[in-house]
Amino acid sequence: MYQYSQADHQLLQERVAQFRDQVQRRLNGDLSEDEFKQQRLRNGLYLQIHAYMLRVAVPYGLMSSEQMRTLAHIARKYDRGYGHFSTRQNIQYNWPKLEDVPQILDDLAKVEMHAIQTSGNCIRNTTSDPLAGVARDEIADPRPYCELIRQWSTFHPEFNFLPRKFKIAVSGAINDRAAVAVHDIGLRLVKNDAGELGLEVYVGGGLGRTPMIGKLIRKFLPTHDMLTYLEAILRVYNQLGRRDNLYKARIKILVHETGEEKFRELVEAEWNEIKKTGLALTDADIEAIQAHFKDPDYETLSDFDEDFDAHLLANAEFAKWAEKNVELHKKDGYRVVYLSLKSRNQPAGDVTADQMDAIADLADKYSLSAIRSTHRQNLVLSDVKLKDLYELWQELKALDLATPNYNHLTDLISCPGMDYCSLATARSIPIAQALTERFDSYDYINDLGDISLNISGCINACGHHHVANIGILGVNKKGVEVYQLTLGGSARDDASIGKIIGPAFTADEIVDAVATVLDVYLDQREDEEEGFLTTYRRIGQEPFKEKLYG
Amino acid sequence: MGNYIKDRKPAEDSWVPYTGLEDVDNLPSGDIYIPFEEWQTHRDAFLKRNSRVGLILENTDDVFALKDDLDRLDLIVLQFPKMADGRAFTQARLLRERLGYKGEIRATGDVLQDQVFYMQRCGFNSFELRDDQDIPSVLAAFDEMTVTYQPAADEALPIWKR
Repeated sequence: MYQYSQADHQLLQERVAQFRDQVQRRLNGDLSEDEFKQQRLRNGLYLQIHAYMLRVAVPYGLMSSEQMRTLAHIARKYDRGYGHFSTRQNIQYNWPKLEDVPQILDDLAKVEMHAIQTSGNCIRNTTSDPLAGVARDEIADPRPYCELIRQWSTFHPEFNFLPRKFKIAVSGAINDRAAVAVHDIGLRLVKNDAGELGLEVYVGGGLGRTPMIGKLIRKFLPTHDMLTYLEAILRVYNQLGRRDNLYKARIKILVHETGEEKFRELVEAEWNEIKKTGLALTDADIEAIQAHFKDPDYETLSDFDEDFDAHLLANAEFAKWAEKNVELHKKDGYRVVYLSLKSRNQPAGDVTADQMDAIADLADKYSLSAIRSTHRQNLVLSDVKLKDLYELWQELKALDLATPNYNHLTDLISCPGMDYCSLATARSIPIAQALTERFDSYDYINDLGDISLNISGCINACGHHHVANIGILGVNKKGVEVYQLTLGGSARDDASIGKIIGPAFTADEIVDAVATVLDVYLDQREDEEEGFLTTYRRIGQEPFKEKLYG
Repeated sequence: MGNYIKDRKPAEDSWVPYTGLEDVDNLPSGDIYIPFEEWQTHRDAFLKRNSRVGLILENTDDVFALKDDLDRLDLIVLQFPKMADGRAFTQARLLRERLGYKGEIRATGDVLQDQVFYMQRCGFNSFELRDDQDIPSVLAAFDEMTVTYQPAADEALPIWKR
């Protein structure tokens, strides 16, 4: 994990002092709410329906157990005993008091955490593959590149007042687990024919009102050029991105309106001017950062464990969990474990302070003291020994963190919706809970297989409904909350935007409508191997429409 | 006056914005600055004067159009029509870093305490503060942050190369 330098620490201390002064000026009335908004938004502080909401950055989703304990402490001391992991691998607190926020930031700074640029029209926290460094299909570890982007983008003087927020994701594996295609910039580490490492650069993806898949504007960018190329893209965007209309201000609209070819020319022309500046990375620069992400001292272990196999045979519940929530690790004898934050007892992504403390203890005991968050709002223990799985499962089960549903129907993404968010036009959490209860059957979701179901409470699409196999969008129609269904989205390598199937459903009807969609799939699939998306792409919308509206 | 800072000190502003351009043959003496658009039309008339000349740019103007005139210009004023509009940050960096402009680059408009740090990093060296700003607080804000990660007009190298 990246270890802070003296300068990193100093920067956080200076930032806390600066924000403390800004809060003071707001409380004194020296700063208007409007101007304070510009400041607090660059520090993850939103004014929501009931209270302020503070979003804490988890750079590329990586946390130490010590950091997790601080997150628990904040939930307990300054909030109502829980936090919410978001689709950007960050954690949000829904009830902090404005006057407490500087102290919260101070507590965070002690464990090398902050809320810098987790909101506002600036470069946001960079996200990545939750299996970075441990995945079997990895080409190169994306975390050193994410860390370089973190440093380059933090308080970037030129790009702190962009037309709109800006999100970057980096993936380093054959399978994309970071949804790079739906980010303002998506980077994928690849090797060329000569075996050299480079990046595919996608620009202009995003969700919201006008969902778009990012365009591949460069097939192979040497890693040394990553930051100069990013700077060129951002510079073109800062100058030409639209500022007349909030909904047309994202870079996806600029790329779309300028045209992919012309946009590429603008970026390349700017890049040619700056590619040899001090921002160009040398081997030494990259190696120095890579040194922070070296493999831990893994033990040499067998990839077979007699006791583990015995437990699988003896305990069906354990076997279900091991099949769904455990993944192979690049090292024999180790496994990656998903902690499901999608039990039926808590809103998707929510974790209590007690759970956080317990997770920190489990990370110390079983997984080299590290925890990762995922963009599907779960947590990961990335380095668990095969022989420890049974014991770990028992502890997770007692904590309600062992629902065997990873990448299955009830592993749904949901935004906070109108229960918390001031932008939302409909409730998400109660719908998510109704769905979780309705489909709370292991056999049923197991039969459905790998499927994604996402819910957003408004057109801003924080619940990523566009890229779900089955998406639900809550909208307010003449004072009534109704829910539109979209089908056929994907956030993976075959990224696509789902299509609206027809008129919206009421809150009472939507769960039945999802059940109908699932029935059509089960009825129409060629065999159990054919996943929802494949079936949908083969048969199209008609059979679903007929059952839903016929 | 009283809201002008240059090179990190409160200063007297000698520059006068000039828009009475109908009579270009009868320009006043003293330091004046004019809109970029007028410069393009009346460039020669302005250069005939014995006083210093500056320009004020819209934040959509292309700074490269000034390439050949930079050594005749003692001031370039860049605008922040509202705080959230950050286009002038890029204009300033391009003027300093790409075009090597050495004269005064001034920020005007919503120029506020919490932005001057970023502005100075991009190459601004003078600030026409909005009237409600507290000068001592603004002066302190230049040094609120001492750590910078990335290169900009004030620093050629990123932190990992320094």
